[in-house]
Amino acid sequence: MTQPNSSWWQRLKSGLSKTSGQLTGSISAIFVKKKLDQDMLDELEEALIVADMGVETAGRLVGHLKRERYGRDVTDREVRQVLAAEVARILQPYAKPIPSREVAPQVILVCGVNGTGKTTTIGKLAKMATDAGLKVVLAACDTFRAAAVEQLQVWGERNGVPVYAATQGSDPAALAFSALEKAKAQGADILMIDTAGRLHNKAALMDELKKIVRVIKKVDPSAPHDTVLVLDGTTGQNAHRQVEVFRDIVDVSGLVVTKLDGTAKGGVVVSLAERFHLPIHALGVGEAIEDLKPFEAQAFADALLGLDQPEQAA
Amino acid sequence: MFENLTTRLGGVFDRLRRRGALSEADVAEALREIRVALLEADVALPVVKEFVAGIKERAIGQEVIRSITPGQQIVKIVNDRLVELLGGTEHVGLELGSPPSVVLMCGLQGSGKTTTSGKLALRLKNRERKKVLLASLDVQRPAAQKQLQVLAEQTGTGHLPIVPGQKPVEITQRALDTAHREGYDVVILDTAGRLQIDDQLMDELAEVKLLAEPQETLLVADGLTGQTAVDVARAFNDEIGVDGIVLTRMDGDARGGAALSMRQITGKPIKFVGIGEKLDQLEPFVAERVAGRILDMGDVVSLVEKAVENIDREEAEKLAKKVQKGRFDLADYRSQLVQMKKMGGMQGMLSALPGVQKIKKQLDEKKVDERVFTRQAAIIDSMTPLERRDPDKLNASRKRRIAKGSGTTVQDVNQLLKQHRQMQDMMKQMKKMGGLQNLIGKLPKGMIPPGMLPRM
Repeated sequence: MTQPNSSWWQRLKSGLSKTSGQLTGSISAIFVKKKLDQDMLDELEEALIVADMGVETAGRLVGHLKRERYGRDVTDREVRQVLAAEVARILQPYAKPIPSREVAPQVILVCGVNGTGKTTTIGKLAKMATDAGLKVVLAACDTFRAAAVEQLQVWGERNGVPVYAATQGSDPAALAFSALEKAKAQGADILMIDTAGRLHNKAALMDELKKIVRVIKKVDPSAPHDTVLVLDGTTGQNAHRQVEVFRDIVDVSGLVVTKLDGTAKGGVVVSLAERFHLPIHALGVGEAIEDLKPFEAQAFADALLGLDQPEQAA
Repeated sequence: MFENLTTRLGGVFDRLRRRGALSEADVAEALREIRVALLEADVALPVVKEFVAGIKERAIGQEVIRSITPGQQIVKIVNDRLVELLGGTEHVGLELGSPPSVVLMCGLQGSGKTTTSGKLALRLKNRERKKVLLASLDVQRPAAQKQLQVLAEQTGTGHLPIVPGQKPVEITQRALDTAHREGYDVVILDTAGRLQIDDQLMDELAEVKLLAEPQETLLVADGLTGQTAVDVARAFNDEIGVDGIVLTRMDGDARGGAALSMRQITGKPIKFVGIGEKLDQLEPFVAERVAGRILDMGDVVSLVEKAVENIDREEAEKLAKKVQKGRFDLADYRSQLVQMKKMGGMQGMLSALPGVQKIKKQLDEKKVDERVFTRQAAIIDSMTPLERRDPDKLNASRKRRIAKGSGTTVQDVNQLLKQHRQMQDMMKQMKKMGGLQNLIGKLPKGMIPPGMLPRM
């Protein structure tokens, strides 16, 4: 495992600290060198549920623990290590950044429910890509929400990156089309398309998203090369429905989970990974431009369970 | 995998309904299921525990065990308790004092504060004839102030001019001065999204509140929120003090467990729910509706309102008369298809109907193609008026022409005709059985035109 950069680690950790605190607190309270019995397992399961893991995944993790340690004398740390190892094992295959592809421009379509942090995430992704020496252009296809275009334009200015925009109320698919043509003509490496937030159960809005995909395929049949769904980390089990529907409609290729700097417990990520097998590209841990970090399974699992692995490793 | 609360409770109560009497073990099983179901509906754990304990108290004992229909008894107990905890039958609106009164909006990033501010402004302006001033204190998110300005223009309410570089407290003072000077009734202060653990921003918010002395401090929260709802509600209530909650994105398909969590943790009423992106889509919170949604009693009220909104009354009456006469031709069938589509298609209607969660799940699994509506309407559009009135006239050549005209196949045309025949038969039967009274009892089945399910 690569050594996590200390500043982002601190952020994620401090963000997760309340979560960890709760988990740590509840687990410590249960296990002070005691025999692992059903009552304790029940309480442990509840602690995981509070972390938004979902009833089924929490049950499975506790079942795993039961098989490994039932009836034995266990310590607080031991229990957390077993759980963290299991969480990391589940997540490990999905810790992948957005792949860089041999196409120009690589088209990254960013979608999600309202208010999950799509525009902010694009601003941060654009920063990462420009830092890597890539020529990035942005398309502000949220033509619905008031001042959404201006919001992306500010991010464009911060990154020194051009933003293609149209007036509020115009057709987002048409804008996506012309943005891709322009990006191609200008020899851009990456085109990121920001879309309006939409609830997954609104058929008309989902059709609009589908249309954006259909239309950009007319310029480049292989586009979009990546379709990133931005999930709000504070969302509960409804995240499952979001991933399911967006995946069915626009073939989501990976996830970014935002707002994990709060008490958002991110536990739902575990059950999402188990169910959908989609890469988790990055985590949003703050509003600043550098607050988007690669997803690392072990670090995430450890932070979630209050284990201080990085200090140990250091 | 993750069943809705509704489905789960449906399962429990199905089992209970089949029994004559309830043992304590039955109750315990039901409670376990209720607990899991509430958790899957994102109700926070401490709230779930309290809820289940309350149910247990009411359920165990004579009330249930002696009752003849124990399943229904438990449904009622759970429903009553949910309604009670969600705030009962009373709607609490805004309590605005003498003008200018101040409404302070707060919450996490992306919870919908700015949009809700706009909606609230429109509501106060239109329904209560208030002169409203919108002021954005959001100096964090790019273009947030611009967003509120645009919303003010759209709603035709006042907007505090943007002065770049001003701090939230300075903007607040300016908003208050402007309101006094220009005779505004209400000032809505939209603030930046902040994490409840961000001490610096929470202090800033407290400072704004101290200065503004708002009559209403509203916590705007995402209706899709999970377990963290407890932390958010508690922190904002403890550190800032809230008077009410606005839940947004209640037009999503989350079960809305956050409603119960936040209400319980703060003890403060949920005043409004956001139910769409348009500025008039803010409604008073109705506890029964949310409880019903949670319990598979269905959100019948909403369905009826939707029906009133979308269905052409005259057309519906005309149709009803024809049905009573036993005449139901393809033109009628078409208008019915269009009306169903207007009401959000099968999925939309089913999700609002009581007791059909199981059917809905089956539909989900079989992937009902909503485009059937459009396709069938197109087929009928390609017919002559005569053919619509008398489908028996359709011979092979006519069918080929219709298929060609509607971009479908002869099989599609045949399938439509078969469905129409089945519907006609059903309606004749209904007439024999005594009409509407019976229909309502069989609503879930009757609402689905035969053949809507793909052939298996």
